[in-house]
Amino acid sequence: MKGILGRKIGMTQVFDPESGQVTPVTVIQAGPCPVVQVKTEEVDGYEAVQIAYEPVVERKLSKPELGHLAKAGATAHRHLVELRGQSELQVGETVTVEAFEPGEAVKIAGISIGKGFQGTIKRHNFARGPVSHGSHNVRKPGSIGASATPARVFKGQKMAGRMGGKRITQPGLVIHGVDVEQNLLLVKGSIPGPKSGIVEIREAK
Amino acid sequence: MSTIIQSIEQRQLRPDVPLFKAGDTVRVHFRVIEGTRSRLQVFEGVVIKRQGSGVRETFTVRKQSFGVGVERTFPLHSPKIETIEVGAIGDVNRAKLYYLRGKIGKKARIRELRQPAGAGRAQKRDAAAARQEPADVRTAADAAAESTAE
Repeated sequence: MKGILGRKIGMTQVFDPESGQVTPVTVIQAGPCPVVQVKTEEVDGYEAVQIAYEPVVERKLSKPELGHLAKAGATAHRHLVELRGQSELQVGETVTVEAFEPGEAVKIAGISIGKGFQGTIKRHNFARGPVSHGSHNVRKPGSIGASATPARVFKGQKMAGRMGGKRITQPGLVIHGVDVEQNLLLVKGSIPGPKSGIVEIREAK
Repeated sequence: MSTIIQSIEQRQLRPDVPLFKAGDTVRVHFRVIEGTRSRLQVFEGVVIKRQGSGVRETFTVRKQSFGVGVERTFPLHSPKIETIEVGAIGDVNRAKLYYLRGKIGKKARIRELRQPAGAGRAQKRDAAAARQEPADVRTAADAAAESTAE
């Protein structure tokens, strides 16, 4: 599995100098990510590669964390992420944006923007009730089940509650450009999470 | 805005965009690609708005075509725009001239800016060296000066 960690910078648009076509892009500053550990079927029971991101001062990490990184010859990094799947990467190597090229399909995961406590209309796309003729059922959820049978509300019933702030993976994204000097990836379209949020860019299988 | 995004946008800005604002009359030479060959199309009319900033800025031009109002929005920094010629400078009190949409004929006219207030802007434009002297504006203003002298 090829992947890299980065921070979402924001969105802008890019002109194609030939055709003049405008592409909306999200700018991500990604890597360099040292490979810290390679997990294998024999030793760990599954295939994965662990990468680190964002250098940080040593006092911010615990001794076990520093020891784990030192074993791979990496300096102190804030984030450690495991990417499942077979990989040709070796411990000691570094993943940079050069691993990706324009036109490549990727999927990007991030923590979506928290929306707080939301009703069923915004959270689950329920329809609203009539607003006139004395209706009081404007944004209410409606019936949540039957009566004596089953005499309870089923688990997983869609109701109001906390929305956003959880991990979302957006598939079907395409790399539009790569800036090796500034470690930038330009991805066509929008990606989950707020600006300066941590995102995980993985190759689409 | 982040400096990274600013630098990405800075790279794409066109250096040759003339100074103009809502109320000005412009001729936009726009490259149209038809199949394999491309040709220039000219769209002339009154700028009714400019919106956005940086590379995302756009402007909307309105004209009357066979009695029907036509509006077209162009990205200001689009590589498809060959040139933007600025004609008459309009004397308007708004940044967005949406009120022109409800008016037809004589009521849809825009006053041209007169000399005293216009001189400053014309000079600024010369300093920017974006284009030739706004000849038609000068003549109109001169004519106005002559009429007052009489």
